[in-house]
Amino acid sequence: MHNPALATRRLILQGAASVALLGLGNLPFAAPARAAANDKYPEEAFKQKSEAEAIKALYGKNAEPSDKVKLDAPEIAENGGVVPISVTTTLDKVTSISFFVAENPNALAASYRIPDGTVASVANRLKMAKTTNVTAIVEANGKLYSATKEVKVTVGGCGG
Amino acid sequence: MAIRRRDFLKGVGVAAVSAGLPRLARGADAASIYDIERFGNARILHITDTHAQLNPIYFREPSVNIGIGQMMGQPPHLVGRAFLERFGIRPDSADAYAFTCVEFEKSAARFGKLGGFAYLKTLVDRLRSDVGEKHTLLVDGGDLWQGTGLANTMQGRDMVEVANLLGIEAMTGHWEFTFGEQVLRDNLERFKGEFLAQNVFLTEEAAFNDAQAFDKATGRVFKPSIIKELGGHRVAIIGQAFPYVPIAHPKRFTPDWTFGIREEELQKLVDALRGRDKVDAVVLLSHNGMDVDLKLASRVTGIDVILGGHTHDAIPQPVAVKNAGGTTLVTNAGSNGKFLGVLDLALDKGKVSDVRYHLLPIYSELLKPDPGMAELIGRLRAPYSADWLEKIATPDRLLYRRGNFSGPVDELICTALRSELDAEIALSPGFRWGVTTLSGQGVTMEDVLAQTAISYPETYVQEMTGGQIKDVLEDVCDNLFNADPYYQQGGDMVRAGGLAYTCTPTAAMGSRISELKLGNGKSLNANHRYKVAGWASVNGQQGAPVWDVVGKYLRTGRLMPPERLGSGVTLRGVEDNPGIAGQG
Repeated sequence: MHNPALATRRLILQGAASVALLGLGNLPFAAPARAAANDKYPEEAFKQKSEAEAIKALYGKNAEPSDKVKLDAPEIAENGGVVPISVTTTLDKVTSISFFVAENPNALAASYRIPDGTVASVANRLKMAKTTNVTAIVEANGKLYSATKEVKVTVGGCGG
Repeated sequence: MAIRRRDFLKGVGVAAVSAGLPRLARGADAASIYDIERFGNARILHITDTHAQLNPIYFREPSVNIGIGQMMGQPPHLVGRAFLERFGIRPDSADAYAFTCVEFEKSAARFGKLGGFAYLKTLVDRLRSDVGEKHTLLVDGGDLWQGTGLANTMQGRDMVEVANLLGIEAMTGHWEFTFGEQVLRDNLERFKGEFLAQNVFLTEEAAFNDAQAFDKATGRVFKPSIIKELGGHRVAIIGQAFPYVPIAHPKRFTPDWTFGIREEELQKLVDALRGRDKVDAVVLLSHNGMDVDLKLASRVTGIDVILGGHTHDAIPQPVAVKNAGGTTLVTNAGSNGKFLGVLDLALDKGKVSDVRYHLLPIYSELLKPDPGMAELIGRLRAPYSADWLEKIATPDRLLYRRGNFSGPVDELICTALRSELDAEIALSPGFRWGVTTLSGQGVTMEDVLAQTAISYPETYVQEMTGGQIKDVLEDVCDNLFNADPYYQQGGDMVRAGGLAYTCTPTAAMGSRISELKLGNGKSLNANHRYKVAGWASVNGQQGAPVWDVVGKYLRTGRLMPPERLGSGVTLRGVEDNPGIAGQG
């Protein structure tokens, strides 16, 4: 607990999310090449600082909160470097699922294109700079649906 | 609490006053507070957070236990007289002494020490025989294996022997995990009961590497639940370990395991126990902490009773929480062996039709010690007694730890750290275990160990900027005062020595701490580097164990400075909070 090494580490956790692919049949934007809603690597979206700007750059419209988007994330991360976060949805005609970490240096952490006929379920691990909201956006039938949860990244220690 | 018992205690109070505060007399009449009217057809006995205190202890309940938001003024966030009023306890009664901090020193002299496993054994056996073996179950909510020098040295083996003799049939864990997987498994080999934890899973890496698990399909490391036949009915007990073990403690102790509250998995388990196994009652044996349990009870359906621990709240009556499926009762059974929870259930086919609950203080002066348990405890302690029972200091004041922000024990530890390690500032964890010593009672090495005995006791000295120090305080403060209990960890605020600050518990994360000042009254500079001493780091450290540092300091005879050295915390925005009864 109260070790500055950890406090410092939180500040150093910069850069976009590293992504582990555990979902079935999802194609990530692995290389600056292709895929996605608009069929090319969304370079601009990944460059944006804020969540709102990243959503705008990626989708060009707003999402509405939906209980059909099930976001599974821990309340308190056991390791801010690899936070397991997953999304499933009962929505039909899902074409993409994206993850935003509001207060990371760049908010867009990952975006997946969901090919036609694929189970819309993605599990990945996101790097988080500090305590903040994580938002998942599901693009379905041309509309955007979201779910948000706060994930706490703590220096740890001091448990009773 | 039963009315009959309150009436009795009233009688004791009157007698005590007329005779000039004599001790509680041992005798058939006095012991009748343990005569519980028979009710229902199943009795579950619950202990939790005993922290390995084998012998009776003094333990002062907190005078500061602030609840904010919806938790304000609700159990467990009531202290002192507000607590007494809420639960109808007479101020100068034995129960007031057991459950609150009101007139603690005076009452300690009158009513004596509480707890102790030999006394507990006597009471457990009696309450079991009152209703018959086949109708009872004894469970432990965790933090059984840690809290004393003996338990730390024996890595919990002493407590496994004690648990077996006491007859604990199921338990869950928290500090049990801080000895590491191998020790935990070795101890569980010897433990005759079941270790239950529905919320501990293999990490993906560990599962991939085929690590040991109770159920490889789900990844559950331990058995999640048992079904016990009680009074002709089937009762399911589910274990819920402390959800934040790898965050609150060094991750190196549990590298292969991942925890969490795991609400959804819990709901599935409850549904299966009810649907597939046709149980008549579901009990959650929880180490979540009371605020977390209260929230969980409002969201997970199908649990009849949550027998809770972790936050060390001694709550005399269950809190009834409504949820989509009905009502769940939530209890919390105190700490350090002071209490025994007695849950009497009237079970019908598929349901609990009625409940009675008592949280009985273990007044060691009202119970005869069980000879077998006393013998075992004596044998376990014998090799260490000579070294640990020597008086090394005689403080001139009451030493207690529990309280949201500070207590004399941690002021003493911080003073020792600063003095022995030559640091401007000291930080000490906000643990809730650790016994109380009365002024003039004398402090032994065993007492020091009862405040410090953990498996990562190494001290450190390092430079931190004022900004980093504030970040640490903010971070821990959010673990205590986040308005959502699921984001709390259940400890108290990190203790600061040589540093004063103002805390606004109701503020948002990151803006609760202000006006940081050094002992000399100067403001803490965010960019300046300060020499900080501490212990119990989640990172590996190399310094001497904290008990040696504190012991060395105490042997110098300097004790504590007569007044606080700038370690005061000023509270803001909680002026009328019934979770504050005074200093601490």
